[in-house]
Amino acid sequence: MSSNDLQGYKKTLNSPYTGIKGWIDSRLPLIRMMEAEYLKFPVPKSLNYFWSFGGIAMFCLIGLILTGIFLGFHYKPSADDAFDSVERIMRDVSFGWLIRYLHANLVSFFFIATFIHIFRALYFGSYKAPRELVYIFGLTMFMLMMATAFLGYTLPWGQMSYWGATVITNLFSAIPVVGDAILTLLLGDFTVGDSAVNRFYVLHWLLAFAIVGLVVFHVITLHMTGSNNPTGSEPQSWDETVSFHPYVTIKDLNAAIFFFIILAFILFYYPNILGHSDNYIKANPMVTPAHIVPEWYFLPFYAILRAIPDKLGGVLAMFGSILALGLLPWLDTSKVRSCLFRPVWRICVLLFAVNFLVLMYMGGKPAEGIYVLISRIGTAYWFLFIFVLAPLVGFLETPRQPLTISNYLQSKKA
Amino acid sequence: MSENNKPRRDFIKLSAMTLGGVGAASLAIPFISSMNPGKDTLALASTEIDLAPLEEGQSLTVIWRGKPVFIKHRTKKEIEDAKNTSLTDLIDAEEDSVRVQNDKWLVVLGVCTHLGCVPLGQKVSDTKGDFGGWFCPCHGSHYDTSGRIRKGPAPTNLPVPPYVFLTDNRIKIG
Repeated sequence: MSSNDLQGYKKTLNSPYTGIKGWIDSRLPLIRMMEAEYLKFPVPKSLNYFWSFGGIAMFCLIGLILTGIFLGFHYKPSADDAFDSVERIMRDVSFGWLIRYLHANLVSFFFIATFIHIFRALYFGSYKAPRELVYIFGLTMFMLMMATAFLGYTLPWGQMSYWGATVITNLFSAIPVVGDAILTLLLGDFTVGDSAVNRFYVLHWLLAFAIVGLVVFHVITLHMTGSNNPTGSEPQSWDETVSFHPYVTIKDLNAAIFFFIILAFILFYYPNILGHSDNYIKANPMVTPAHIVPEWYFLPFYAILRAIPDKLGGVLAMFGSILALGLLPWLDTSKVRSCLFRPVWRICVLLFAVNFLVLMYMGGKPAEGIYVLISRIGTAYWFLFIFVLAPLVGFLETPRQPLTISNYLQSKKA
Repeated sequence: MSENNKPRRDFIKLSAMTLGGVGAASLAIPFISSMNPGKDTLALASTEIDLAPLEEGQSLTVIWRGKPVFIKHRTKKEIEDAKNTSLTDLIDAEEDSVRVQNDKWLVVLGVCTHLGCVPLGQKVSDTKGDFGGWFCPCHGSHYDTSGRIRKGPAPTNLPVPPYVFLTDNRIKIG
C-alpha cells in the first residue's frame, strides 16, 4: 500500500465535527455513530404501533436493572437469610416495597412486550431473509430472559421459589446416565439449598447483563438491514422513509407511556395479582405445596412439558419448542413476508397466537383429564406450524402481490 | 513459503492448538469441580435414627443430605401387598425383597423421581394414592407400599438410600 493510500484511508476516519465534540469524536467515534444510527437512521414510514414493543421491552430491561441494583443493596443470598431479607425490604427499607413491586411487575410487562414483539415478527415476516440473525439474536435473548426470570423467582425463597427451583432443576436429571451428577454439580448440594441460592443470585445478575450484550447485537444486525414494516416491502426511496428521530422516538415514547400507565395501575392497585400467595410462606423442604404453578409467562412451556407423558421427552419438547422457532426463517418457503398478503399463512399465524394463549391457560390447570388432551393438541399444533405448515403453505398458497410502502399508505387513506 | 514446508507448518499449528486446547480443558477442571458439594456438605451425609417409638403402621420422615427420607413401619397387610405384586404389573420392575433389609421396615427417599416433589402419604390423614403407599400431588405419580412407581409420570421407584441396622431398632443412613 502506498503512503498516499494510507493518508486517504486515515482521512475517512476524521470526525465531521469541530470543537470539543470533534475532539472527543475523533478519538471515540461514538457521537457520529449515534447520529447515524439513532437520529438520521431511515425507517419505513409505514410502521405501526406493533413496532414500538422492541423499544418498550428495552425500557423494561433498563428498569429491571435499575430496580435490581437497589434490591441487591439489601438482599442476602442464603437459605437462612433470603426470605427474611426480602420481608425486610418490604417492611423496613424506605420505599423498599415500591422497588420490589416494580421489579416483580416489570418482569411480567417485559414478557408481555416481548410476546407482542415476537408475534409482530411472525405476523409481518420480520424473521425472513435478510433479517434471520436479528431474529435469532432475539430468540436467544428470549431464552436468556426466561432463565434470568426463573433464577430471579427463586431468590425470595418462598414455597413457590423453592419448589419451582426443585422441579425445574430436576429437569436436568432427565439427561440419561449423568443427569443426577450434573444436577448435584449445578446445585453444589444434593438438594436446592444454601449453595444453590447463592449461585442463582450470581447467575441472575450475570444473565441480566448478558441480555444487555445481546441487545447490542440485536440492534447492530437490525441496523444493517433496516426495519421491516407492515407491507414487508423494502423502502424503494428516501420518500418511503422517515428519520428515526423525531418520528420513531416520539411514537415509541407515546406507546411506552400508555404501556407503563397499565403497569402503574397493576403496580399500585394489584401488585400481587401476577404472583402466587404461597411465595409469602418461607421455603420448607419437607412440604410440597398442593399445586406448583410457575409464573404466568412460563405456563405455555409448562403445558408442553406436561403434555408429553415421558420425562425426557417432555423436557426435550419444552426446550425444542423455542429452538424450533429459530428454524422458521429457513422452513418458511414463501417469497412474500407479510401476512397482509398471505391469506392462508395469516390464519396459521393467528391460530398459533391463539394456541399460545390456550397453552398458557392449560399450564395453569392440574395435569389431568381434558386439560392434558388439550395441551397435547396445542403442543402438536406448535410443532406442526413450524415443521409442516411453514414449508407447505409457502409452496401451496397463492399470495397477493405485496403493495409498496407508498401504495399501502395511499390505500389506507382511501 | 515453498510447497514442501506447508505440511510442516500445518503440523506445528495443529499441535500448538491441540496442546492449547488440552491446557485450557485441564484448567477448567478445578473450576468445574469447585461447583460440587463441599467437604462440609458431604460431612453431613449420614444420619442415625432410633426406630423404637414407631408403632406398626406409622411413618417417620427424617432429613438426610437435606432430603426427606421416609421410614415406614409396615403392617402385615402392607408387606403382603408388596410381596404379592406381580413384576409384570410394575413400571420399574423390582422385587420387594431387594428393597428392604427387614420386611417390617421400608426406608426410601421421599423425593418423587419425576421432578423432585415430596409425595403425600406420611401422615395418617394424607391421601396415599391408588396403591396404598404414596401419592405425589405435583404431577400425579402413585407409589405402592414398597415405594415402587405404579402409575403416573415418574420413571423409577423411590430410591432406597444406603443404610445399615446398627441394632434391631437403630439404623444409620448414609
